[in-house]
Amino acid sequence: MIKVIFFAALREQLGCGGAEVSANNASTVTQVKDALGEKDADWKNYLANNSLLCAVNHQMVQGDFSVKSGDEVAFFPPVTGG
Amino acid sequence: MKSLSFLLLPVVKLVKIDTTINKYAEISIQVEDFDHGFEVNLLENDNVEDGAVVTFSGRVRNNNLGLKVKGLFLEHYPDMTEKLLAEIIETAKQRWNIGRVKVIHRIGQLAIGEQIVFVGVTSKHRQDAFAANEFIMDFLKVKAPFWKKELTELGESWLAAKTSDKEKAQAWSK
Repeated sequence: MIKVIFFAALREQLGCGGAEVSANNASTVTQVKDALGEKDADWKNYLANNSLLCAVNHQMVQGDFSVKSGDEVAFFPPVTGG
Repeated sequence: MKSLSFLLLPVVKLVKIDTTINKYAEISIQVEDFDHGFEVNLLENDNVEDGAVVTFSGRVRNNNLGLKVKGLFLEHYPDMTEKLLAEIIETAKQRWNIGRVKVIHRIGQLAIGEQIVFVGVTSKHRQDAFAANEFIMDFLKVKAPFWKKELTELGESWLAAKTSDKEKAQAWSK
């Protein structure tokens, strides 16, 4: 399983803090997003936002980054701390 | 439809995490307020090698983009935040001759006037501490996974990242 977590506006839009995706269904970050988007039209729409950022195991990555079972994948909007 | 298993995970817990990178650099992500004077004392205590102490603290102001602000909510990505802040501090240490570094960032619900962030840097001479402090703050703004939700007279909304913050951070690589 790939553990997926969401933050901030995306977490509220999706209505939950995270999900799990089978590693059989996704081998890249983009495929994880596509798999999650199959939940329903709202999820597909919110996850299609191209300003979303992604980290795998706490490292910022691009969509073609490979993922495997046991990875933690996070999707979130651009950061606004400080 | 592919088989999907959706495990709904709870919202991140708000916990205090102290990360001491080494004796001279410390990161704290915390709900509680901090005491500015106490933090300055920690930077100065038993530190007679450094003549310069530069601190920055950020507070919740009562206005943004023409609207009255009533408060802020700060969310973060535990563990990744500490990792990125440690990387930013390490980069600053390689670039400038600095002594001690302390970064504090608060999370959770914050009222108008409350402190949000603290960056303290010491160095032998002022130039290194001034530059490193600004550098750490600039990269914290654009790299560290924190998100602000603002409560204004019009309701709640998540803040959008500013182009000016991105440009400010990029200017360091020129």
